[in-house]
Amino acid sequence: MAEYTLRVRRYQPESGEAAYWEEFQVELDPSLSVLDGILQARDRDDGSLSVRCSCRAAICGSCGMKINGESGLGCKTQIGEAQELADKQASVGEGSSEGNTIVVEPMGNMPVIKDLITDMESTHWTKIRRVTPWLLPHGEPPEREYVVEPESMIDITQSMACIQCGACVSSCLSMEADPDFIGPAALAKAYRFVGDPRDAETKERLHDLANDPHGIYDCTHCFSCIDACPKGVAPMDQIMRLRRRAGEEEIHDVNNGENHVNAFVKMIEKKGTNDEALLLQESYAPGIKGKLKPTKGAIKGLLGSLPVAIRGIKTGKMRSLPKLIPGVHPKLPDGAQDEVKAIYAHAEEHREQFNIYIKGEEEVEPEPDEKETV
Amino acid sequence: MPTHDVLVIGAGLAGQRAALAAAEEGVSVGIVSKVHPVRSHSNAAQGGINAALNPGDSWESHAFDTIKGSDYLSDQDAVEIMCREAPEEILHLEHLGVTFHRNEEGKLGTRAFGGASAARTYYVADITGQAIMHVLYEQLMKHSERVARYEEWFSTALAMDENGECCGVVTRNIADGSMELFEAKSVILACGGNGQVWKPTTNALICTGDGIAMAYRVGAKLMDMEMIQYHPTTLAGKGFLITEGARGEGAHLLNAKGERFMERYAPNKMELASRDVVSRAEQTEIDEGRGFPDGTVALDITVVPRKRVHEALREIVLVGQDFAGVDITREPIRIKPGNHYTMGGIKTDVDGRTDIPGLYSAGETACVSVHGGNRLGANSLLDTLIFGRRSGVDAAARAKRVDQARPSKAALESEQANIDAISAREKGSGRRVSEIKLDLGTAMDKHVAVFRDEAGIQGALEKVRELKEEAKSAYIDDRGSIFNQDILGAIELGYMLDNAECTCIAALERKESRGAQYRTDFPERNDEEWLRHIDLQQGDDGPEVSYSEVTITQWEPQERTY
Repeated sequence: MAEYTLRVRRYQPESGEAAYWEEFQVELDPSLSVLDGILQARDRDDGSLSVRCSCRAAICGSCGMKINGESGLGCKTQIGEAQELADKQASVGEGSSEGNTIVVEPMGNMPVIKDLITDMESTHWTKIRRVTPWLLPHGEPPEREYVVEPESMIDITQSMACIQCGACVSSCLSMEADPDFIGPAALAKAYRFVGDPRDAETKERLHDLANDPHGIYDCTHCFSCIDACPKGVAPMDQIMRLRRRAGEEEIHDVNNGENHVNAFVKMIEKKGTNDEALLLQESYAPGIKGKLKPTKGAIKGLLGSLPVAIRGIKTGKMRSLPKLIPGVHPKLPDGAQDEVKAIYAHAEEHREQFNIYIKGEEEVEPEPDEKETV
Repeated sequence: MPTHDVLVIGAGLAGQRAALAAAEEGVSVGIVSKVHPVRSHSNAAQGGINAALNPGDSWESHAFDTIKGSDYLSDQDAVEIMCREAPEEILHLEHLGVTFHRNEEGKLGTRAFGGASAARTYYVADITGQAIMHVLYEQLMKHSERVARYEEWFSTALAMDENGECCGVVTRNIADGSMELFEAKSVILACGGNGQVWKPTTNALICTGDGIAMAYRVGAKLMDMEMIQYHPTTLAGKGFLITEGARGEGAHLLNAKGERFMERYAPNKMELASRDVVSRAEQTEIDEGRGFPDGTVALDITVVPRKRVHEALREIVLVGQDFAGVDITREPIRIKPGNHYTMGGIKTDVDGRTDIPGLYSAGETACVSVHGGNRLGANSLLDTLIFGRRSGVDAAARAKRVDQARPSKAALESEQANIDAISAREKGSGRRVSEIKLDLGTAMDKHVAVFRDEAGIQGALEKVRELKEEAKSAYIDDRGSIFNQDILGAIELGYMLDNAECTCIAALERKESRGAQYRTDFPERNDEEWLRHIDLQQGDDGPEVSYSEVTITQWEPQERTY
């Protein structure tokens, strides 16, 4: 048993008051969860403290919340670990390294209804329905089962593992900037159909998601959703798979997303670093040919991107003069660019998908000291 | 006043399957659930779903295993229907998009499960329930024009017409606290089980026996309420489930001495005997001092190849990691029997009909009975789907046949008054709802568990009745309308206490040992007197007992060994 202080962001919609913070003292074993702590506070101190919860075992997806600023499930976060994180965060900020409060807030990117309860219907579920979330096979089903590659089922089981808790949506930085972004959960759901060999509208789905200005190219690759996901679904990976599939289908989207990705990848392959000034040109007018004979779209796109470029200079993203001259990018120190190129080459050669359901494939040799105890 | 031909209460597998089946019949359907449908507890079914679909397997074999597993208390006509229709249901799910595990040829693959004479369990890693339920929810979204969804609406009572037929439900919209009387020609209760009556339990917090209690309160018969399954592998203290799939993949059970003790209890099936048998074996080891000091035995999954564990038992790798701090691929994990499943429930026929016209039930809420004294692993998902579908079809047929009765407003008014009364209780006038729940769960887990005797059950019953009195003055803090979970908790407590009382009465009544009911004071099965169901119906002083025959078609009761 140990004592903890939960600092909960509360909102009582019928009180007429704005949201406020309230602290609750709880006492429980460190291996129990933050949700257990909240429920103890509710049972002992205040029955109006509201939180959705049901299974307590990270399978129903009800208790999405932010704990110490990180999106996840209340039931899957051990309170002892939450305390450690709170203390670590405080000590970085030159605060005390112990006895800090554990901060609990409702999920982000969603309206709050009451206390920790958010309106998932108007955000999360609306986006889920946006991706036509059901199988679209053609023709009559076979007499028996569809015969498919066994790996294909394991592959999409990773996105089937999603419990629709919304933690990824809560953490999504792109959605913060663009609330219309279809988002990590819905796009992971979309991959579940795109990757399903029984679905007959793969191409249509990919065209739709690639050409939507808030679709697969709206993701900025920040990894937040991967960190937040309590089930190892790795939504960003599913988005990247959608992009790859869209590339394979040669879908030249109106957002210039595919070209942008290609330009970026080529640049990393060749230079081992990003050249911000070149990126725009290469995205819209790739190579010498693109520049000698720029398409109308390229000119329009480049002109349209000028405000972005100017903002980049203003905010300091492209400060130094050399960075403004296309192609003259400062070298990174200590041969870092060569190392990046080597990493790229290795990744290209050993391209493999990280999938939680396949992870056990290669036996990891136990560490020597571990061997003795086994 | 929302009106539908068919109204389904509960949106787990049984409810969603019923709603889709009814909609296919062309009637208007509403589905009401106190949580968002994908939060329903069917999610928790990890291991899989049984069907005799492999060449060489037969529905008869599946049926026999089920009946033997039930300790001959299941109704064999119902079991036959379930096992015959199972293969078609699996294929239907596969066609809808469930990502069932494939064998090397790309066809459906199976795993072994407890109490089964063949490997006939179809699965999606160890998230089978979740995978099926999310696919059904996809179908609900697809057919949203035909099935209206009332997500986060809490049902408080059934509405009856003057002829004693069910014609609607009183429901509270959790989002704003408004009360509505929903009209329907057929009402299907598919609200799951009552595991929260016990503490600890593998069941979710929402499993409070709502449907069973609502039906009981309008006079429907309940059956087999004494039959409560204790699952052999749950985490001590927290009650989390470790799937039977682990033993299906070859994991061993060990006592503190490292002995594979199942050799002494079920030399042939070992760890894959039926759940009641394994739970009793574990409890005996623990009670006789061969368990660990924390009252557990060990489940050793390290004997299963790691690759296979990651592929097929991923979820329990996480459960071990997150909730027990154990890497199950490297060391055994401590487990014990824990409350898991309600075999009994609202008495129905094979089309989900209760003895109240217009009222149907399916899934764990219902008792057809296909599970009798003990449910086999991977038969619960099957039960929900087969009888969910059948009740949906029959409820639709009834809706086409009858006119909509007008439920009187009295039910709505009385429910509103009840809620106002709970809200009006002074703080400190009695105990908190949460304290009463804890007392209830503790008493039931102590006395109405793996081993039972008259004195213990009687004590539990007295405790339940005492708590029933106390519940009348239990107070809540939240007086608001929006998402008032406090008030829902108080109503759920009432449901739980009715469930508990019925279970105690039935467990006292059955003076023999059969399936999950093991009476240390009557340790033998007694077919002559007790090969019959115990039915309960609400009377003036609590549940009144009557009996009904067990339907035997072709499998005469035999001695049960594994």
